[in-house]
Amino acid sequence: MMNFIGALPGAISQGLIWGIMAIGVYITYKILDIADLTVDGSFCTGGAVFVVLFGKGVNIWLALLAALLAGMLTGLATGLLHTVCGIPAILAGILTQLGLWSINLAVMGMTSNVAINLLDKENMERLLVCSRFLRNYALYRHPIFVAGLFTAGLIAILYWFFGTELGASLRATGTNQHMARAQGINTQYNKVLGLVISNGLVALSGALLSQYQGFADASMGKGAIVIGLAAVIIGEVLFSRLFQNFALKLLGVSLGGVVYYVVIQAVVSFSNINANYLKLISAAIVAVFLTVPYWQEKYFSKTVKPARKGGSNNA
Amino acid sequence: MLEVKNIYKTFNPGTVNEKTALRGVSLTLNDGDFVTVIGGNGAGKSTLLNAVAGVWPVDSGSISIGGVDVTHLPEHKRARHIGRVFQDPMMGTAATMQIEENMALAARRGRGRTLRRGITRDERDHYREMLKILDLGLEDRLTSKVGLLSGGQRQALTLLMATLRKPQLLLLDEHTAALDPKTAAKVLDATERIVQKDHLTTLMITHNMKDAIVHGNRLIMMYEGNIALDISGEDKKKLTVEQLLAKFGQATGSDEADDKLLLG
Repeated sequence: MMNFIGALPGAISQGLIWGIMAIGVYITYKILDIADLTVDGSFCTGGAVFVVLFGKGVNIWLALLAALLAGMLTGLATGLLHTVCGIPAILAGILTQLGLWSINLAVMGMTSNVAINLLDKENMERLLVCSRFLRNYALYRHPIFVAGLFTAGLIAILYWFFGTELGASLRATGTNQHMARAQGINTQYNKVLGLVISNGLVALSGALLSQYQGFADASMGKGAIVIGLAAVIIGEVLFSRLFQNFALKLLGVSLGGVVYYVVIQAVVSFSNINANYLKLISAAIVAVFLTVPYWQEKYFSKTVKPARKGGSNNA
Repeated sequence: MLEVKNIYKTFNPGTVNEKTALRGVSLTLNDGDFVTVIGGNGAGKSTLLNAVAGVWPVDSGSISIGGVDVTHLPEHKRARHIGRVFQDPMMGTAATMQIEENMALAARRGRGRTLRRGITRDERDHYREMLKILDLGLEDRLTSKVGLLSGGQRQALTLLMATLRKPQLLLLDEHTAALDPKTAAKVLDATERIVQKDHLTTLMITHNMKDAIVHGNRLIMMYEGNIALDISGEDKKKLTVEQLLAKFGQATGSDEADDKLLLG
């Protein structure tokens, strides 16, 4: 139990960082209605670009910006494969993801792992979030606080953006393409734009995680899409009645990421399960959460139909 | 206003499902023409409208609207000139968005989408006034999600959205076909009022011959991918269903008209 409580701040911090990636997934999966598998690659792209630049002594904000832009480029690649080349969105994402495996390794100098030098105290102090800041540091440097601040800032920007003419046209594109085009909206352009924004966020999240854990790893994004979906779904199931406003929905996704990590931490703390089984558990959780609404619709919503029997009193 | 010249369209060419839907259709609409379009299933009515709207490119021929050649423009660019209402009430609106958001999207048809606010306070008041015209109680539900509305309400809203910015051409694709008779009459009534008020050049497909005769100043009947009949002026005003059927028989040498059209 003490073990679990001790690990909680770390789990929450990680949950918040992954939550930013989940918000990226929300944009493609929920708003654009595209399952974008690019994220498994672009998450690492963000981490790799950040760690390499940071290691070269680049200003941390510039390094973060570079990670964000690199992620946006990966989204652009998937978007163009989908719209210009006519490749189905899922496959386009898979192609980019596969290609990114090589690119990520190249960015990291053809090694699968690049660490941030944490032994150099001055170097470590330059970081924004780091698991070492969990203890013995001022409150404003606590990873929960910093990651929370990032999340709040990003939600504010996205809330503003999706309220603009362009943002609204992006939502319309995801909801009804026929309607969107009939209203003069360039749906192809909007899909690319959505993928660009989404993967930018994913890469930013990857950059923050690599700071937090002190390294970037070629396989750090493996299964990211599943974690993102888990956060989106958990957020929806737990908070959908409470959070109707768009900004709150995004907050729900972020909290979904936190819940996910706390649950995973609980599984690790209270059982002797081999950590290698965590991906299986994640996959199972997401499968179940995706199944439930479908089955509810299919098998438990028949009460509506018999009402029509016996005449058209309500017609 | 609209000039369609000799357009052809074949779907699934070179396959067993090959179907030539338009065979050299030419049609000119004058400013303010309200043309009703009838014809049996597969006659090419919807295909003609979709060709004008730019849902896909035509195989040959040309289309111009208000003197602008739009033959090679994609659908979303042609939308600058065109207002549309679809047969399926679900198609014309974004279900997960609010009524006012849908209208705000329509109000920006044909303009660039910028980073300005998606909807302003002034607009809201304006939309509320416009919704009153429909007389469906929607003016009090500006922030309701469109998905909560009935098919008739959605169709009426789509109509309003299509004409919010005066279109050079209004395309109505059997827009009352999926509605119950009472709602259909209401939507058709609103259509008539809006078209008259703004003198909109309109192309309206209908499956109902009576509606086709009552509404508009011109009637065209399609048969096997071409225009078989084109009646306007005094002839149109005096037209009856029987005459229409007889004329159709003369024009095509077919007596299919009766069952196909009356049932279809």
